[in-house]
Amino acid sequence: MADRDDQELLARIRQGDEGAFSTIVDRHHAALRRFARTFVSSDASAEEVVQDTWMAMLDGLENFEGRSSLKTWLFRILLHRATTKGVREARSIPMAPLRDDEDGVPSAASARFDGRGRWAEPPRRWDVNTPQTDLLRRELGEQLELALRDLPPRQRTIVMLRDALGWSAQEVCNVLDVSETNQRVILHRARTRLRDALERYSREG
Amino acid sequence: MLNCRELTELMTDYLERKMSFRERIAFRFHLGMCGHCRAYLRQMKLTMSLLGDHPPEPMPAEVRDELMARFRTWKRRT
Repeated sequence: MADRDDQELLARIRQGDEGAFSTIVDRHHAALRRFARTFVSSDASAEEVVQDTWMAMLDGLENFEGRSSLKTWLFRILLHRATTKGVREARSIPMAPLRDDEDGVPSAASARFDGRGRWAEPPRRWDVNTPQTDLLRRELGEQLELALRDLPPRQRTIVMLRDALGWSAQEVCNVLDVSETNQRVILHRARTRLRDALERYSREG
Repeated sequence: MLNCRELTELMTDYLERKMSFRERIAFRFHLGMCGHCRAYLRQMKLTMSLLGDHPPEPMPAEVRDELMARFRTWKRRT
């Protein structure tokens, strides 16, 4: 459900109140942009997709009944836009149906355990002094951003919404139409792959 | 007894608190004894926190101006 504050702002926007529109833009633009950026190939494309999202929101205002939150609605519009754009740019498809061969790849990590399930190749300690310096955190952050783009679309969408934008499991299930269990399984695969990527980077670096 | 492979597979269930009381005890018991799995859990949490690290980028002025101009066009249309 859209909360009262959102409802009120949307009502003012319908009457053409630019200040109300500006408030909503300030509230959601950065998150929308960050999210869009993982689906298109440039900053400019991301900005374009978000702009389109805002215009689509305005055009859809009359039909928005407030059954979902404004945030949920905006991200649903964005996903749809990013999909179209991503296809055009021959990149990825956020809303493609879940296929086993995409998300069901068994974790490469299984080779790291012996026959009794104990670590044969233990995790490399790249976090020994949990990155304290901003520099190291930033470096790992950049690697993570690259690894994120290599994830299958569903994994990327879910881990972005949950861990980068701080959504609840329930909110993600609502936007993506996945069951809670599926959401958790996909989130787990995504986190596992991202951790693996940082470990690989630490080995090479 | 949980082994290390099972523990890594249950990591998200643990972090999402989607475990029975009994599973949780077993999970924590294993962690208490296994430094490798503790390191793995720490790295998972670090990965998650790095993802959330991104400071929001301010919207460039020209992008905002363009958006507001489009808003005014929309307003005239409706």
